Amino acid sequence: MTSLTKDQTPARPGGPVLEVRDLRVWYGTDRGPVRAVDGVTFDLRPGEILGLVGESGCGKSTLGRGLLGLLPEGAARDGELRFRGKDMLTLRRREQYRMRGSELGMIFQEPLTRLNPMMRISDHFAETLRAHERRISKADVEQRSLEALRVMGIPPTRFRAYPHEFSGGMRQRIMIALALVLRPAFVVADEPTTALDVLVEAQIIRILHNLRATYDTSMLLITHNLGIVAEACDRVAVMYAGKVVEIGPAREVFSNPQHSYTRELLRSTISLSTTGLNFIDGAPPDLTDPPSGCHFHPRCPDAMQICATTEPPVRDLPGGVRAACWAAEVAHGRTLDEDARRPLPREAISVADEA
Amino acid sequence: MSAASGSLPRYILVRLLLVIPMMWVLLTLVFLLLRVAPGDPVTAAVGDKLGPEELDARRAALGLDRPMIVQYLEYLGDAARFDFGTTISDRRPVLEIIQAQGGATLTLTVGAFLFACLIGIPLGRVAGRRRDTPLDAGIRLFGVVSYAAPVFWVGLMLVGLVVKYVPGWPTFGIADPETIFYVPDKTGILLLDAIIANDRISIVDILQHHVLPCFTLGLLLSGVIIRLVRVNLIRTLGDDYVEAARARGIPERQVIRKHAFRNALVPVITVIGLQFALTLSGAILTERTFNWPGLGDTLVDYITARDYIAIQGLVTFFALAIVVVSLLVDILNALVDPRVRY
Amino acid sequence: MRAPRFVSTIWNTKGMARWILLVGVLITAVFLLFALCAPWIAPYDFNQTKVDGVKFPKLASPSGDHWLGTNDQFYDIYSRVVWGARTAVLVVLLSIVLSAIVGVLLGLVSGYVGGWFDRITLFLMDALYSFPSLLLAIVFSFMLRERIGGGIVAAALSLTAIYIPQYYRVVRNTTVAAREATYVEAAKAIGAKPATIMRKYLFGNVVQSVPVIGTLNAADALGTLAALGFLGLGIAPNEASDWGYDLSRALDDVSAGNFAPALWPGLAIILLVTGLTLVGEGLNETLNPALRRRRLQKVTLPPRDTTDPEVVR
Repeated sequence: MTSLTKDQTPARPGGPVLEVRDLRVWYGTDRGPVRAVDGVTFDLRPGEILGLVGESGCGKSTLGRGLLGLLPEGAARDGELRFRGKDMLTLRRREQYRMRGSELGMIFQEPLTRLNPMMRISDHFAETLRAHERRISKADVEQRSLEALRVMGIPPTRFRAYPHEFSGGMRQRIMIALALVLRPAFVVADEPTTALDVLVEAQIIRILHNLRATYDTSMLLITHNLGIVAEACDRVAVMYAGKVVEIGPAREVFSNPQHSYTRELLRSTISLSTTGLNFIDGAPPDLTDPPSGCHFHPRCPDAMQICATTEPPVRDLPGGVRAACWAAEVAHGRTLDEDARRPLPREAISVADEA
Repeated sequence: MSAASGSLPRYILVRLLLVIPMMWVLLTLVFLLLRVAPGDPVTAAVGDKLGPEELDARRAALGLDRPMIVQYLEYLGDAARFDFGTTISDRRPVLEIIQAQGGATLTLTVGAFLFACLIGIPLGRVAGRRRDTPLDAGIRLFGVVSYAAPVFWVGLMLVGLVVKYVPGWPTFGIADPETIFYVPDKTGILLLDAIIANDRISIVDILQHHVLPCFTLGLLLSGVIIRLVRVNLIRTLGDDYVEAARARGIPERQVIRKHAFRNALVPVITVIGLQFALTLSGAILTERTFNWPGLGDTLVDYITARDYIAIQGLVTFFALAIVVVSLLVDILNALVDPRVRY
Repeated sequence: MRAPRFVSTIWNTKGMARWILLVGVLITAVFLLFALCAPWIAPYDFNQTKVDGVKFPKLASPSGDHWLGTNDQFYDIYSRVVWGARTAVLVVLLSIVLSAIVGVLLGLVSGYVGGWFDRITLFLMDALYSFPSLLLAIVFSFMLRERIGGGIVAAALSLTAIYIPQYYRVVRNTTVAAREATYVEAAKAIGAKPATIMRKYLFGNVVQSVPVIGTLNAADALGTLAALGFLGLGIAPNEASDWGYDLSRALDDVSAGNFAPALWPGLAIILLVTGLTLVGEGLNETLNPALRRRRLQKVTLPPRDTTDPEVVR
């Protein structure tokens, strides 16, 4: 079922849906600009699910919102952001609004507060469809909404109910249906299951995973749950302090992490085989004044002298992985001089942490 | 707000049952204030006109010589039957006064609310949208000053200006004496009577008389509404469903109108209801300023005459009105906001 | 220990809240000056109608002798306005202090003791609060005038009852919440007496919200006082200068086109009420962290480093 009103063909057949090049999203605060997203580069192919993981406050949500242009007043973004070859950052506001919802969708973390409590579910659908297809008939609105809801397992009898009459899991399914009723080619799902209990979580993840079969939707799945990534994502991007430090096929990244941060993040997850709790010392840095060199160096157990002074290069590694880590550089045969390779002393870590 | 069971009729029923204790407390308060503390009502009102025996006879006739508790119970019983007593000074049943003057107070306050909303809602909306701009600061200051300005002073100044620049425009009373004479009294509400009589000239005359007093009282109330709409709009603009609507590509104007602004108005209904007390205070003063033949003006007259029973009767009526308005507001709120019913 | 932090919070406020507070304090200070130094600022006494045996003119236009003219009772309007500030400040201060004391004490006891006493007090206070404040003031002042005449104390007392419920409510709720708090449990466990607990642990919690309510109530009380004066239930004209009373006298003058007798007392009321409201709002915005917000500023992205790290692909 393709709508005829919009151009479904990608600019280059088989090319990526989304191309992100060196994207920056900064906020202004009293203490200076927050570099929430600072030079992020990745591609997304049609139907692909990319997981985005990292600690709280590393810029995951900002990146997700930045892709849709949902930014608070005063925020700025630059770089390149191409959706099907079209540069989103140079589009006019009205164009951006038109693409939101119809081409780029968003699923949020808290389903309980994302539906307008004063509007029926049917009103939400009608409003969304009408905003993008002005001439749509009443019958069409109903038919398409009910179809989207049916896919999510919401019975048509509840179509005219109010949001508060649904449970959290049902509301999240309604939100997904609402995001997909216009068949966007790309959807950002920002921690869609964090607020839900475990059984519902599995259900929602299965729905999201199956979406590409039903709709051929590409997705950026933001989560801090690595289990979800392993289960549902084709590729994974690891974010730290506003930068993507490692990106690659989920299986490859999980079995053979290249960046020290990825490795530490994986070590700190709990699984059945976990015997003790691991955690990463310290907290994510202040993004108004991130550490020099590799942003992770103050907390990194492998930190070398060079890590504190020079930003690591982004390198394509075997297995389709790309990472930016001096330790990985060395492991893949790059020679650094003696001084640069000297381990960063422990004192330096705590000083840097305080600074 | 339990999600278990509930429907609109059930909610209304529960709310109705709550009215009884609320009324009882308010009536008790009125009785305590007016009857237990002061001395003898009859002496206060007509003590200088009658001799001691006549005063005793009056007291006995009013039942004031009986124990306080009996008087209290009788007072509650009478109030329940909408019998608010008979004035001491001119021997009029208070209910009759309410029927005769209540209409004027009603049209004054309703008109004032209309003006208040007309002024307050758009200004509050603009201030909330343009938060922290000079425009916002200006509107907030207007809100503070319009609330700070004594309503009778604003009325006075307006009267002065109108007399000077719009000669012939009515500045006091509810209508020309001629109009009052010609419009047949059916409902007790002059404007309604004129409409029923389909008397075009009288309607225009009455409406003209309403403009100044309603605008004056409305200005006072608009400050409250500006503040409320502004704060609520700022809150709803930050609500999650507003961002979600933006993410679905709903045009910004529509996001503001259908999501943020509409939801911001819901609590305004409740608070406007709570402002009924302020309205009543303002109405007393406005009526006094414009010689408006309403209950507030009458109350002040009886206070000057030191007529306890009249004061007690009118204050009792006000107390009942407060309870009824709060009930109506809650029901209205339940009709508007689907969450309240559950 | 609390005071310096309190003061520094206020001092360090930024943006609109700071301006609101500053303007409010300035206006209020001017009127406090009027109130304190009325005899030296005002050229005449508040009930003076003649100087050296020569009667003032009636309803005179502004002149060198009478800066703002005179009113229908031969009073000098400027002097009446200045003396009126003294009356207003006295009445409002007295009524606010009284209602704060009664409200806070009642709230503390009611919240701490709980049980039926708490429930009944709460019920009565809610009823009192739902009543139109002017109506209450009218009833009280009517009864007090029967007893103690129409002086400053009577006016202050008739305003007191209106504002008790607000302090009561805030203090009672804080007390109930604090009573359940762990540190009070701990204090009880080590054997502190109820009175000690209340004084030491609860009072400090409560003290922050009272100044805000106090200033906002002062603004409201001023308006109510003026209303009482306008209705002829305020302060007797020979006891003190009352802005509201002067306004009620000016009704006919304004209709006749003479604005001065109404304009100036009215402006004085508006200015002082606005000033007090601004102080209250400013304090509220400063002390209540929920109302403060992190302001986002416009950010401009700096050009990228040309010395970007090498990109190896």
